[in-house]
Amino acid sequence: MTGKTVAEKILGRAAGDIDSKAGDVIEVFPDVVMSHENTFLVNKAFEELDLEKPWAPEKIVVVLDHRSPANTVQTANAHARIREIVRRMGIGRFYDVGEGICHQLLVEKKLVTPGQLVLGADSHTTTAGAVGAFGAGIGATEMAVVWATGKTWLRVPETIKVTITGHLEKAVFPKDIALYLASKIGSSGANYKCIEFGGIFLFDISISGRMVLCNMAAEMGAKAAIVPADSTFGAWSPECPSKDSSLCTPDSDASYCKAIEIAAEDIPPIVSGPGSVELGGSVEDFAAIEIDQAFIGTCTNGRLEDLIAASWVLKGNKVVEGTRLLVAPASKTVLTDALSMGVIQTIQEAGGTILPPGCGPCLGAHEGVLAPGETCISSGNRNFKGRMGSEDASIYLASPATVAASAIKGRIEDPRRWLKVDL
Amino acid sequence: MTCEGRVWKFGDDINTDLIISGRYLDNYDESHLASHAMEGISTEFAKRVKEGDIIIAGRNFGCGSSREQAVVSLKGCGVQAIIAVSFARIFYRNAVNLGMQVYESTDAYEAFNDGDKASLDTSEGCLRASSGATEASLKEVPPHLKAIVDSGGLMPYTKFKLGIR
Ligand code: SF4
Repeated sequence: MTGKTVAEKILGRAAGDIDSKAGDVIEVFPDVVMSHENTFLVNKAFEELDLEKPWAPEKIVVVLDHRSPANTVQTANAHARIREIVRRMGIGRFYDVGEGICHQLLVEKKLVTPGQLVLGADSHTTTAGAVGAFGAGIGATEMAVVWATGKTWLRVPETIKVTITGHLEKAVFPKDIALYLASKIGSSGANYKCIEFGGIFLFDISISGRMVLCNMAAEMGAKAAIVPADSTFGAWSPECPSKDSSLCTPDSDASYCKAIEIAAEDIPPIVSGPGSVELGGSVEDFAAIEIDQAFIGTCTNGRLEDLIAASWVLKGNKVVEGTRLLVAPASKTVLTDALSMGVIQTIQEAGGTILPPGCGPCLGAHEGVLAPGETCISSGNRNFKGRMGSEDASIYLASPATVAASAIKGRIEDPRRWLKVDL
Repeated sequence: MTCEGRVWKFGDDINTDLIISGRYLDNYDESHLASHAMEGISTEFAKRVKEGDIIIAGRNFGCGSSREQAVVSLKGCGVQAIIAVSFARIFYRNAVNLGMQVYESTDAYEAFNDGDKASLDTSEGCLRASSGATEASLKEVPPHLKAIVDSGGLMPYTKFKLGIR
Protein backbone atom coordinates (compact mmCIF):
# COMPACT_ATOMS: atom_id res chain seq x y z
CA MET A 1 0.00 0.00 0.00
CA THR A 2 1.34 3.38 -0.92
CA GLY A 3 1.34 6.20 1.55
CA LYS A 4 -1.17 8.99 1.74
CA THR A 5 -1.25 12.67 1.00
CA VAL A 6 -2.67 15.02 3.62
CA ALA A 7 -5.86 15.37 1.56
CA GLU A 8 -6.36 11.60 1.53
CA LYS A 9 -5.79 11.42 5.28
CA ILE A 10 -8.07 14.28 6.28
CA LEU A 11 -10.91 13.26 3.98
CA GLY A 12 -10.64 9.63 5.07
CA ARG A 13 -10.99 10.78 8.67
CA ALA A 14 -13.89 13.11 7.80
CA ALA A 15 -15.68 10.19 6.20
CA GLY A 16 -15.56 8.20 9.45
CA ASP A 17 -12.02 6.85 9.48
CA ILE A 18 -12.11 5.09 6.18
CA ASP A 19 -9.22 4.27 3.91
CA SER A 20 -9.67 6.85 1.15
CA LYS A 21 -7.51 7.43 -1.88
CA ALA A 22 -7.50 9.95 -4.73
CA GLY A 23 -10.40 9.36 -7.09
CA ASP A 24 -12.77 7.88 -4.51
CA VAL A 25 -16.15 9.56 -4.15
CA ILE A 26 -16.96 9.52 -0.44
CA GLU A 27 -19.53 10.82 1.99
CA VAL A 28 -17.94 13.28 4.41
CA PHE A 29 -19.02 14.88 7.69
CA PRO A 30 -17.55 18.39 7.93
CA ASP A 31 -16.20 19.71 11.23
CA VAL A 32 -16.89 23.36 10.43
CA VAL A 33 -19.20 24.94 7.86
CA MET A 34 -19.15 28.62 7.00
CA SER A 35 -21.26 31.01 4.99
CA HIS A 36 -21.44 34.80 4.67
CA GLU A 37 -24.15 37.04 3.20
CA ASN A 38 -25.23 34.01 1.21
CA THR A 39 -26.52 32.56 4.49
CA PHE A 40 -29.70 34.25 3.31
CA LEU A 41 -29.78 31.87 0.32
CA VAL A 42 -28.68 28.91 2.44
CA ASN A 43 -31.58 29.50 4.79
CA LYS A 44 -34.05 29.96 1.95
CA ALA A 45 -33.22 26.48 0.68
CA PHE A 46 -33.00 25.10 4.23
CA GLU A 47 -36.55 26.25 4.97
CA GLU A 48 -37.83 24.12 2.10
CA LEU A 49 -36.65 21.08 4.04
CA ASP A 50 -39.07 21.77 6.88
CA LEU A 51 -36.57 21.29 9.67
CA GLU A 52 -36.48 23.46 12.75
CA LYS A 53 -32.76 23.61 13.30
CA PRO A 54 -29.57 22.66 11.48
CA TRP A 55 -27.93 19.37 12.38
CA ALA A 56 -25.30 21.01 14.59
CA PRO A 57 -25.57 24.80 15.09
CA GLU A 58 -22.27 24.77 16.99
CA LYS A 59 -20.42 23.72 13.83
CA ILE A 60 -21.78 26.64 11.82
CA VAL A 61 -19.95 29.94 11.35
CA VAL A 62 -21.73 32.93 9.80
CA VAL A 63 -19.92 36.15 8.89
CA LEU A 64 -21.26 39.38 7.38
CA ASP A 65 -18.29 40.61 5.37
CA HIS A 66 -18.99 40.90 1.64
CA ARG A 67 -21.35 43.86 1.50
CA SER A 68 -20.72 45.07 4.97
CA PRO A 69 -21.72 47.63 6.22
CA ALA A 70 -24.78 47.19 4.00
CA ASN A 71 -24.45 48.87 0.61
CA THR A 72 -28.15 48.82 -0.37
CA VAL A 73 -31.53 48.49 1.31
CA GLN A 74 -31.73 44.97 -0.07
CA THR A 75 -28.44 43.99 1.57
CA ALA A 76 -29.53 45.65 4.83
CA ASN A 77 -32.67 43.53 4.71
CA ALA A 78 -30.66 40.36 4.10
CA HIS A 79 -28.36 41.26 7.03
CA ALA A 80 -31.37 41.82 9.29
CA ARG A 81 -32.83 38.50 8.25
CA ILE A 82 -29.52 36.68 8.84
CA ARG A 83 -29.28 38.15 12.37
CA GLU A 84 -32.74 36.82 13.05
CA ILE A 85 -31.87 33.38 11.61
CA VAL A 86 -28.70 32.92 13.68
CA ARG A 87 -30.56 33.95 16.84
CA ARG A 88 -33.42 31.58 16.20
CA MET A 89 -31.18 28.67 15.30
CA GLY A 90 -28.73 29.20 18.13
CA ILE A 91 -25.73 29.78 15.85
CA GLY A 92 -23.32 31.24 18.36
CA ARG A 93 -20.37 31.74 16.03
CA PHE A 94 -21.87 34.72 14.26
CA TYR A 95 -19.68 37.68 13.27
CA ASP A 96 -21.55 40.84 12.43
CA VAL A 97 -20.59 43.88 10.32
CA GLY A 98 -17.05 45.09 10.95
CA GLU A 99 -15.63 41.92 12.54
CA GLY A 100 -13.74 40.94 9.41
CA ILE A 101 -13.53 38.59 6.44
CA CYS A 102 -14.81 35.03 6.91
CA HIS A 103 -11.55 33.27 5.92
CA GLN A 104 -9.55 35.55 8.21
CA LEU A 105 -11.86 34.93 11.19
CA LEU A 106 -11.80 31.14 10.79
CA VAL A 107 -8.06 31.20 11.39
CA GLU A 108 -7.68 34.25 13.62
CA LYS A 109 -10.39 33.14 16.06
CA LYS A 110 -9.18 29.53 15.85
CA LEU A 111 -12.57 28.32 14.69
CA VAL A 112 -10.73 25.73 12.64
CA THR A 113 -7.97 23.39 13.78
CA PRO A 114 -5.46 21.19 11.96
CA GLY A 115 -6.84 18.05 10.37
CA GLN A 116 -10.40 19.33 10.19
CA LEU A 117 -12.66 19.42 7.15
CA VAL A 118 -14.09 22.89 6.54
CA LEU A 119 -16.76 23.50 3.95
CA GLY A 120 -17.45 27.13 3.13
CA ALA A 121 -19.96 28.72 0.83
CA ASP A 122 -17.10 30.70 -0.65
CA SER A 123 -14.39 29.80 -3.12
CA HIS A 124 -11.47 30.95 -0.96
CA THR A 125 -12.22 28.44 1.80
CA THR A 126 -8.91 26.90 0.66
CA THR A 127 -7.30 29.51 2.97
CA ALA A 128 -7.88 27.23 5.99
CA GLY A 129 -5.14 24.98 4.61
CA ALA A 130 -2.67 27.40 6.19
CA VAL A 131 -3.41 25.72 9.53
CA GLY A 132 -3.49 22.20 8.16
CA ALA A 133 -7.23 21.97 7.54
CA PHE A 134 -8.85 20.79 4.33
CA GLY A 135 -11.01 23.74 3.22
CA ALA A 136 -13.22 23.49 0.15
CA GLY A 137 -15.86 25.77 -1.34
CA ILE A 138 -19.43 24.72 -2.06
CA GLY A 139 -22.59 26.57 -3.15
CA ALA A 140 -25.46 27.84 -1.02
CA THR A 141 -27.98 25.12 -1.91
CA GLU A 142 -25.49 22.43 -1.05
CA MET A 143 -24.76 24.23 2.22
CA ALA A 144 -28.47 24.08 3.05
CA VAL A 145 -28.37 20.31 2.64
CA VAL A 146 -25.26 20.14 4.83
CA TRP A 147 -27.15 22.20 7.44
CA ALA A 148 -29.92 19.62 7.24
CA THR A 149 -27.94 16.40 7.13
CA GLY A 150 -24.44 17.19 8.35
CA LYS A 151 -22.87 15.55 5.34
CA THR A 152 -22.17 15.74 1.63
CA TRP A 153 -20.15 13.88 -0.98
CA LEU A 154 -16.65 14.78 -2.12
CA ARG A 155 -14.27 13.29 -4.59
CA VAL A 156 -10.89 12.75 -2.95
CA PRO A 157 -8.60 14.91 -5.06
CA GLU A 158 -5.26 14.08 -6.57
CA THR A 159 -2.55 16.25 -5.06
CA ILE A 160 0.02 18.52 -6.69
CA LYS A 161 3.15 18.86 -4.58
CA VAL A 162 4.63 22.36 -4.67
CA THR A 163 8.04 22.44 -3.02
CA ILE A 164 9.47 25.87 -2.31
CA THR A 165 13.14 26.06 -1.45
CA GLY A 166 15.38 28.89 -0.32
CA HIS A 167 14.57 32.33 1.00
CA LEU A 168 12.84 35.45 -0.29
CA GLU A 169 14.82 38.42 -1.55
CA LYS A 170 14.11 41.87 -0.07
CA ALA A 171 10.67 43.32 -0.88
CA VAL A 172 9.45 39.95 -2.15
CA PHE A 173 6.60 38.24 -0.30
CA PRO A 174 4.56 35.01 -0.27
CA LYS A 175 2.12 36.82 -2.59
CA ASP A 176 4.82 37.06 -5.23
CA ILE A 177 5.44 33.31 -4.94
CA ALA A 178 1.69 32.67 -5.28
CA LEU A 179 1.34 34.93 -8.33
CA TYR A 180 4.37 33.30 -9.89
CA LEU A 181 2.90 29.84 -9.30
CA ALA A 182 -0.45 30.95 -10.78
CA SER A 183 1.30 32.25 -13.88
CA LYS A 184 3.06 28.90 -14.26
CA ILE A 185 0.21 26.47 -13.71
CA GLY A 186 -2.62 28.65 -14.99
CA SER A 187 -6.14 29.46 -13.86
CA SER A 188 -7.30 25.86 -14.15
CA GLY A 189 -3.97 24.12 -13.62
CA ALA A 190 -5.05 22.74 -10.26
CA ASN A 191 -8.73 22.25 -11.08
CA TYR A 192 -10.29 19.53 -8.87
CA LYS A 193 -6.91 18.99 -7.21
CA CYS A 194 -5.35 19.71 -3.86
CA ILE A 195 -2.10 21.66 -3.69
CA GLU A 196 0.19 20.48 -0.90
CA PHE A 197 3.02 22.86 -0.11
CA GLY A 198 6.39 21.73 1.14
CA GLY A 199 10.00 22.83 1.34
CA ILE A 200 12.28 24.68 3.67
CA PHE A 201 10.82 28.03 2.61
CA LEU A 202 7.73 27.36 4.71
CA PHE A 203 9.80 27.75 7.88
CA ASP A 204 10.42 31.36 6.87
CA ILE A 205 6.82 32.38 6.68
CA SER A 206 4.10 32.94 9.24
CA ILE A 207 0.55 31.60 9.31
CA SER A 208 -0.36 34.84 7.55
CA GLY A 209 2.03 34.12 4.66
CA ARG A 210 0.75 30.56 4.43
CA MET A 211 -2.79 31.90 4.17
CA VAL A 212 -1.70 33.86 1.09
CA LEU A 213 -0.43 30.69 -0.61
CA CYS A 214 -3.53 28.63 0.24
CA ASN A 215 -5.90 31.47 -0.64
CA MET A 216 -4.39 31.97 -4.10
CA ALA A 217 -4.64 28.23 -4.80
CA ALA A 218 -8.34 28.86 -5.43
CA GLU A 219 -7.32 31.03 -8.41
CA MET A 220 -5.60 28.00 -9.92
CA GLY A 221 -8.82 26.03 -9.59
CA ALA A 222 -7.74 24.04 -6.54
CA LYS A 223 -10.31 22.28 -4.41
CA ALA A 224 -8.10 22.72 -1.37
CA ALA A 225 -4.55 23.64 -0.42
CA ILE A 226 -2.54 22.41 2.53
CA VAL A 227 0.52 23.42 4.45
CA PRO A 228 1.50 20.30 6.42
CA ALA A 229 1.97 20.41 10.19
CA ASP A 230 5.17 21.96 11.51
CA SER A 231 6.45 23.97 14.43
CA THR A 232 4.88 27.22 13.16
CA PHE A 233 1.40 26.03 13.64
CA GLY A 234 2.50 24.13 16.70
CA ALA A 235 3.10 27.59 18.13
CA TRP A 236 -0.10 28.97 16.63
CA SER A 237 -2.26 26.40 18.32
CA PRO A 238 -0.35 24.49 20.98
CA GLU A 239 -3.26 22.23 21.90
CA CYS A 240 -3.99 20.83 18.43
CA PRO A 241 -1.17 19.48 16.33
CA SER A 242 0.32 17.01 18.75
CA LYS A 243 -2.63 14.68 18.52
CA ASP A 244 -3.31 15.44 14.89
CA SER A 245 0.16 15.93 13.48
CA SER A 246 0.32 12.62 11.59
CA LEU A 247 -3.03 13.51 10.05
CA CYS A 248 -1.57 16.78 8.78
CA THR A 249 1.67 15.34 7.47
CA PRO A 250 1.99 13.42 4.21
CA ASP A 251 3.51 9.95 4.25
CA SER A 252 6.97 9.87 2.74
CA ASP A 253 5.74 7.52 -0.01
CA ALA A 254 2.55 9.46 -0.79
CA SER A 255 1.82 9.71 -4.47
CA TYR A 256 1.36 13.00 -6.29
CA CYS A 257 -0.07 13.70 -9.73
CA LYS A 258 2.45 16.45 -10.34
CA ALA A 259 5.48 18.00 -8.65
CA ILE A 260 6.55 21.60 -8.99
CA GLU A 261 9.66 23.20 -7.52
CA ILE A 262 10.18 26.87 -6.93
CA ALA A 263 13.40 28.48 -5.74
CA ALA A 264 12.23 31.45 -3.66
CA GLU A 265 15.34 33.55 -4.30
CA ASP A 266 14.69 33.49 -8.06
CA ILE A 267 11.34 35.22 -7.67
CA PRO A 268 11.16 39.01 -8.12
CA PRO A 269 8.14 41.09 -7.12
CA ILE A 270 5.38 39.86 -9.45
CA VAL A 271 2.46 41.74 -10.98
CA SER A 272 -0.40 39.90 -12.62
CA GLY A 273 -3.04 41.14 -15.02
CA PRO A 274 -5.23 42.49 -16.29
CA GLY A 275 -8.01 39.96 -16.67
CA SER A 276 -6.27 36.75 -15.65
CA VAL A 277 -3.86 35.40 -13.03
CA GLU A 278 -2.04 33.72 -15.87
CA LEU A 279 -0.68 37.09 -17.00
CA GLY A 280 1.99 37.38 -14.32
CA GLY A 281 5.49 38.74 -14.75
CA SER A 282 8.22 40.71 -13.04
CA VAL A 283 7.10 44.12 -11.77
CA GLU A 284 9.62 45.74 -14.14
CA ASP A 285 7.58 44.58 -17.13
CA PHE A 286 4.59 46.59 -15.90
CA ALA A 287 6.44 49.79 -15.00
CA ALA A 288 4.72 52.05 -17.54
CA ILE A 289 1.18 51.34 -16.36
CA GLU A 290 -0.57 54.28 -14.73
CA ILE A 291 -3.04 53.60 -11.93
CA ASP A 292 -6.05 55.43 -10.52
CA GLN A 293 -6.67 53.30 -7.46
CA ALA A 294 -4.44 51.23 -5.21
CA PHE A 295 -6.15 48.79 -2.85
CA ILE A 296 -4.66 46.89 0.07
CA GLY A 297 -6.89 44.39 1.81
CA THR A 298 -8.89 41.15 1.21
CA CYS A 299 -8.66 37.60 2.53
CA THR A 300 -5.42 37.32 0.55
CA ASN A 301 -3.44 40.27 1.88
CA GLY A 302 -5.28 42.38 4.44
CA ARG A 303 -3.50 41.11 7.54
CA LEU A 304 -1.22 42.86 10.01
CA GLU A 305 2.04 41.92 8.29
CA ASP A 306 0.60 43.18 4.99
CA LEU A 307 -0.33 46.53 6.49
CA ILE A 308 3.08 46.74 8.14
CA ALA A 309 4.84 46.07 4.83
CA ALA A 310 2.75 48.78 3.18
CA SER A 311 3.47 51.24 5.99
CA TRP A 312 7.21 50.70 5.68
CA VAL A 313 6.99 51.64 2.02
CA LEU A 314 4.71 54.60 2.72
CA LYS A 315 6.56 56.04 5.73
CA GLY A 316 7.67 59.57 4.93
CA ASN A 317 6.12 59.41 1.46
CA LYS A 318 2.84 60.61 -0.01
CA VAL A 319 0.29 59.02 -2.28
CA VAL A 320 0.64 61.02 -5.49
CA GLU A 321 -2.15 63.42 -6.43
CA GLY A 322 -4.66 61.85 -8.77
CA THR A 323 -4.21 58.38 -7.25
CA ARG A 324 -6.20 57.06 -4.31
CA LEU A 325 -5.04 54.44 -1.83
CA LEU A 326 -7.71 52.40 -0.05
CA VAL A 327 -6.85 50.07 2.82
CA ALA A 328 -9.33 47.58 4.29
CA PRO A 329 -7.96 45.56 7.24
CA ALA A 330 -9.02 41.91 7.08
CA SER A 331 -10.49 42.03 10.58
CA LYS A 332 -11.20 44.21 13.57
CA THR A 333 -8.27 42.61 15.38
CA VAL A 334 -5.96 43.47 12.49
CA LEU A 335 -7.22 47.07 12.63
CA THR A 336 -6.79 47.27 16.41
CA ASP A 337 -3.25 45.87 16.25
CA ALA A 338 -2.33 48.12 13.33
CA LEU A 339 -3.66 51.11 15.24
CA SER A 340 -1.66 50.32 18.35
CA MET A 341 1.51 49.90 16.28
CA GLY A 342 1.07 53.23 14.53
CA VAL A 343 0.68 51.49 11.18
CA ILE A 344 -2.70 53.05 10.49
CA GLN A 345 -1.36 56.50 11.31
CA THR A 346 1.51 56.05 8.85
CA ILE A 347 -0.90 54.98 6.10
CA GLN A 348 -3.19 57.94 6.78
CA GLU A 349 -0.34 60.42 6.93
CA ALA A 350 0.74 59.19 3.53
CA GLY A 351 -2.74 59.96 2.23
CA GLY A 352 -4.36 56.51 2.40
CA THR A 353 -8.03 56.00 3.26
CA ILE A 354 -8.91 53.35 5.84
CA LEU A 355 -12.05 51.33 5.09
CA PRO A 356 -13.94 49.21 7.63
CA PRO A 357 -12.74 45.62 8.13
CA GLY A 358 -14.34 43.34 5.52
CA CYS A 359 -14.05 42.53 1.83
CA GLY A 360 -14.12 46.20 0.83
CA PRO A 361 -14.05 46.88 -2.93
CA CYS A 362 -12.71 43.38 -3.78
CA LEU A 363 -15.97 42.15 -5.27
CA GLY A 364 -17.08 45.36 -6.95
CA ALA A 365 -20.15 45.94 -4.81
CA HIS A 366 -19.13 49.06 -2.87
CA GLU A 367 -16.41 51.11 -1.18
CA GLY A 368 -14.23 51.78 -4.22
CA VAL A 369 -15.93 50.65 -7.42
CA LEU A 370 -13.96 51.44 -10.60
CA ALA A 371 -15.14 53.71 -13.43
CA PRO A 372 -14.80 52.78 -17.12
CA GLY A 373 -11.21 53.25 -18.24
CA GLU A 374 -9.78 53.24 -14.71
CA THR A 375 -6.93 51.06 -13.53
CA CYS A 376 -6.50 49.54 -10.09
CA ILE A 377 -3.61 47.68 -8.50
CA SER A 378 -4.89 45.41 -5.75
CA SER A 379 -3.46 43.10 -3.12
CA GLY A 380 -6.47 40.80 -3.67
CA ASN A 381 -6.75 37.57 -5.59
CA ARG A 382 -8.92 38.31 -8.65
CA ASN A 383 -8.27 40.56 -11.59
CA PHE A 384 -11.20 39.37 -13.72
CA LYS A 385 -12.65 41.91 -16.10
CA GLY A 386 -15.45 43.74 -14.31
CA ARG A 387 -14.58 42.30 -10.90
CA MET A 388 -14.27 45.66 -9.14
CA GLY A 389 -16.81 47.69 -11.08
CA SER A 390 -16.88 48.70 -14.73
CA GLU A 391 -16.16 46.01 -17.32
CA ASP A 392 -13.91 48.61 -18.94
CA ALA A 393 -11.65 48.98 -15.92
CA SER A 394 -8.36 47.08 -15.53
CA ILE A 395 -7.14 45.31 -12.41
CA TYR A 396 -3.60 44.20 -11.61
CA LEU A 397 -2.63 42.05 -8.63
CA ALA A 398 0.49 42.41 -6.52
CA SER A 399 1.84 42.26 -2.96
CA PRO A 400 0.85 45.00 -0.49
CA ALA A 401 4.38 46.48 -0.77
CA THR A 402 4.09 46.75 -4.57
CA VAL A 403 0.61 48.26 -4.24
CA ALA A 404 1.89 50.84 -1.73
CA ALA A 405 4.89 51.76 -3.89
CA SER A 406 2.58 52.12 -6.89
CA ALA A 407 0.32 54.48 -4.92
CA ILE A 408 3.30 56.76 -4.29
CA LYS A 409 4.24 56.89 -7.97
CA GLY A 410 0.79 56.77 -9.59
CA ARG A 411 2.01 53.94 -11.77
CA ILE A 412 3.09 50.38 -11.16
CA GLU A 413 6.31 50.63 -9.19
CA ASP A 414 9.05 48.26 -8.06
CA PRO A 415 8.84 48.00 -4.23
CA ARG A 416 12.56 47.18 -4.04
CA ARG A 417 13.31 50.88 -4.54
CA TRP A 418 11.27 51.74 -1.46
CA LEU A 419 11.72 48.82 0.90
CA LYS A 420 15.38 48.43 1.58
CA VAL A 421 15.18 46.71 4.94
CA ASP A 422 14.26 43.22 5.97
CA LEU A 423 10.87 42.95 7.58
CA MET B 1 -35.03 13.88 -24.33
CA THR B 2 -34.42 16.10 -27.33
CA CYS B 3 -35.15 19.77 -27.51
CA GLU B 4 -33.87 22.29 -30.03
CA GLY B 5 -32.13 25.49 -29.08
CA ARG B 6 -29.75 28.13 -30.35
CA VAL B 7 -26.07 27.67 -29.55
CA TRP B 8 -24.39 30.52 -27.68
CA LYS B 9 -20.68 30.03 -27.94
CA PHE B 10 -18.10 31.41 -25.54
CA GLY B 11 -14.34 30.96 -25.09
CA ASP B 12 -12.08 29.81 -22.26
CA ASP B 13 -12.12 30.95 -18.62
CA ILE B 14 -15.60 32.47 -18.56
CA ASN B 15 -15.63 33.47 -14.90
CA THR B 16 -18.55 33.96 -12.55
CA ASP B 17 -18.05 37.74 -12.50
CA LEU B 18 -18.68 37.77 -16.26
CA ILE B 19 -21.71 35.50 -15.87
CA ILE B 20 -23.25 37.62 -13.12
CA SER B 21 -21.46 40.63 -11.68
CA GLY B 22 -20.96 41.03 -7.90
CA ARG B 23 -22.97 44.24 -7.96
CA TYR B 24 -26.20 42.40 -8.82
CA LEU B 25 -25.96 39.86 -6.03
CA ASP B 26 -27.90 41.82 -3.42
CA ASN B 27 -31.12 40.95 -5.25
CA TYR B 28 -31.82 37.21 -5.26
CA ASP B 29 -34.73 37.33 -7.68
CA GLU B 30 -34.21 34.92 -10.59
CA SER B 31 -35.61 37.22 -13.27
CA HIS B 32 -33.44 40.10 -12.03
CA LEU B 33 -30.36 37.88 -12.20
CA ALA B 34 -31.40 36.54 -15.60
CA SER B 35 -31.72 40.04 -17.01
CA HIS B 36 -27.98 40.58 -16.29
CA ALA B 37 -26.73 37.11 -17.28
CA MET B 38 -23.46 37.11 -19.23
CA GLU B 39 -23.48 40.90 -19.20
CA GLY B 40 -19.73 41.02 -18.63
CA ILE B 41 -19.05 39.32 -21.95
CA SER B 42 -22.08 39.89 -24.14
CA THR B 43 -24.53 42.76 -24.32
CA GLU B 44 -26.78 40.66 -26.57
CA PHE B 45 -27.11 37.44 -24.61
CA ALA B 46 -29.61 38.41 -21.91
CA LYS B 47 -31.79 40.22 -24.43
CA ARG B 48 -31.95 37.51 -27.08
CA VAL B 49 -31.51 34.17 -25.29
CA LYS B 50 -34.60 31.94 -25.41
CA GLU B 51 -35.97 28.97 -23.50
CA GLY B 52 -34.09 25.84 -24.57
CA ASP B 53 -30.89 27.57 -25.76
CA ILE B 54 -27.56 25.89 -25.21
CA ILE B 55 -24.25 27.36 -24.06
CA ILE B 56 -21.07 25.90 -25.51
CA ALA B 57 -17.80 27.10 -24.03
CA GLY B 58 -14.09 26.36 -23.84
CA ARG B 59 -12.07 25.31 -20.86
CA ASN B 60 -12.65 26.23 -17.19
CA PHE B 61 -16.20 27.54 -17.58
CA GLY B 62 -17.48 29.17 -14.37
CA CYS B 63 -14.13 29.77 -12.69
CA GLY B 64 -13.98 32.24 -9.83
CA SER B 65 -16.45 32.73 -7.05
CA SER B 66 -18.77 30.13 -5.54
CA ARG B 67 -21.82 32.33 -6.24
CA GLU B 68 -24.67 30.05 -7.09
CA GLN B 69 -26.40 33.00 -8.75
CA ALA B 70 -24.20 32.35 -11.79
CA VAL B 71 -26.19 29.17 -12.43
CA VAL B 72 -29.48 30.76 -11.31
CA SER B 73 -29.07 33.60 -13.83
CA LEU B 74 -28.56 31.15 -16.70
CA LYS B 75 -31.42 28.95 -15.58
CA GLY B 76 -33.58 32.04 -15.36
CA CYS B 77 -32.80 32.76 -19.02
CA GLY B 78 -34.08 29.34 -19.98
CA VAL B 79 -30.67 27.86 -20.84
CA GLN B 80 -31.25 24.09 -21.05
CA ALA B 81 -27.68 22.90 -20.98
CA ILE B 82 -24.09 24.06 -20.68
CA ILE B 83 -21.50 22.13 -22.62
CA ALA B 84 -17.86 23.05 -22.04
CA VAL B 85 -14.44 21.60 -22.70
CA SER B 86 -14.05 21.71 -18.91
CA PHE B 87 -15.72 23.32 -15.90
CA ALA B 88 -14.41 24.98 -12.78
CA ARG B 89 -15.14 22.77 -9.81
CA ILE B 90 -17.61 24.82 -7.75
CA PHE B 91 -19.60 25.98 -10.78
CA TYR B 92 -20.02 22.39 -11.93
CA ARG B 93 -21.17 21.32 -8.48
CA ASN B 94 -23.61 24.23 -8.25
CA ALA B 95 -25.00 23.45 -11.71
CA VAL B 96 -25.64 19.82 -10.76
CA ASN B 97 -27.14 20.88 -7.45
CA LEU B 98 -29.51 23.29 -9.17
CA GLY B 99 -30.57 20.70 -11.74
CA MET B 100 -28.80 22.24 -14.73
CA GLN B 101 -27.62 19.87 -17.46
CA VAL B 102 -23.83 20.14 -17.71
CA TYR B 103 -21.61 18.14 -20.02
CA GLU B 104 -17.95 18.11 -20.83
CA SER B 105 -17.18 17.89 -24.53
CA THR B 106 -14.26 19.01 -26.64
CA ASP B 107 -16.08 17.69 -29.72
CA ALA B 108 -19.01 20.06 -29.30
CA TYR B 109 -16.68 23.02 -28.83
CA GLU B 110 -14.89 22.20 -32.05
CA ALA B 111 -17.94 21.28 -34.11
CA PHE B 112 -20.47 23.99 -33.28
CA ASN B 113 -20.59 27.69 -33.99
CA ASP B 114 -22.40 30.53 -32.34
CA GLY B 115 -25.93 30.79 -33.71
CA ASP B 116 -26.19 27.13 -34.80
CA LYS B 117 -29.42 25.33 -33.98
CA ALA B 118 -28.92 22.09 -32.10
CA SER B 119 -30.76 19.41 -30.16
CA LEU B 120 -29.52 17.78 -27.01
CA ASP B 121 -30.04 14.07 -26.77
CA THR B 122 -29.44 13.16 -23.15
CA SER B 123 -30.17 9.47 -23.59
CA GLU B 124 -27.61 9.09 -26.38
CA GLY B 125 -25.27 11.62 -24.78
CA CYS B 126 -24.82 13.74 -27.86
CA LEU B 127 -25.54 17.12 -29.37
CA ARG B 128 -26.95 17.16 -32.92
CA ALA B 129 -27.06 20.08 -35.32
CA SER B 130 -30.56 20.73 -36.65
CA SER B 131 -29.04 20.91 -40.14
CA GLY B 132 -28.18 17.24 -39.63
CA ALA B 133 -24.57 17.73 -40.65
CA THR B 134 -22.89 17.70 -37.26
CA GLU B 135 -22.97 15.53 -34.18
CA ALA B 136 -20.81 15.77 -31.09
CA SER B 137 -20.52 13.27 -28.28
CA LEU B 138 -20.77 14.39 -24.67
CA LYS B 139 -18.83 12.91 -21.77
CA GLU B 140 -20.97 10.78 -19.53
CA VAL B 141 -22.04 12.32 -16.23
CA PRO B 142 -21.14 10.16 -13.19
CA PRO B 143 -24.25 8.28 -11.98
CA HIS B 144 -24.40 9.85 -8.49
CA LEU B 145 -24.51 13.29 -10.14
CA LYS B 146 -26.92 12.29 -12.86
CA ALA B 147 -29.34 11.15 -10.17
CA ILE B 148 -29.27 14.65 -8.68
CA VAL B 149 -29.74 16.42 -12.03
CA ASP B 150 -32.53 14.04 -13.03
CA SER B 151 -34.38 14.80 -9.78
CA GLY B 152 -34.30 18.48 -10.70
CA GLY B 153 -31.45 19.35 -8.34
CA LEU B 154 -30.18 18.71 -4.84
CA MET B 155 -33.26 20.13 -3.09
CA PRO B 156 -35.84 17.86 -4.72
CA TYR B 157 -33.32 15.01 -4.46
CA THR B 158 -32.83 15.58 -0.72
CA LYS B 159 -36.53 16.07 -0.09
CA PHE B 160 -37.15 12.73 -1.72
CA LYS B 161 -34.41 11.11 0.38
CA LEU B 162 -35.72 12.65 3.59
CA GLY B 163 -39.28 11.76 2.69
CA ILE B 164 -40.41 15.39 2.54
CA ARG B 165 -43.08 16.29 0.03
S1 SF4 C 1 -11.98 39.55 0.26
FE1 SF4 C 1 -12.63 39.25 -1.85
S2 SF4 C 1 -11.97 37.21 -2.40
FE2 SF4 C 1 -11.89 37.36 -0.17
S3 SF4 C 1 -13.84 36.56 0.56
FE3 SF4 C 1 -14.07 38.77 0.32
S4 SF4 C 1 -14.87 39.09 -1.75
FE4 SF4 C 1 -14.06 37.00 -1.64
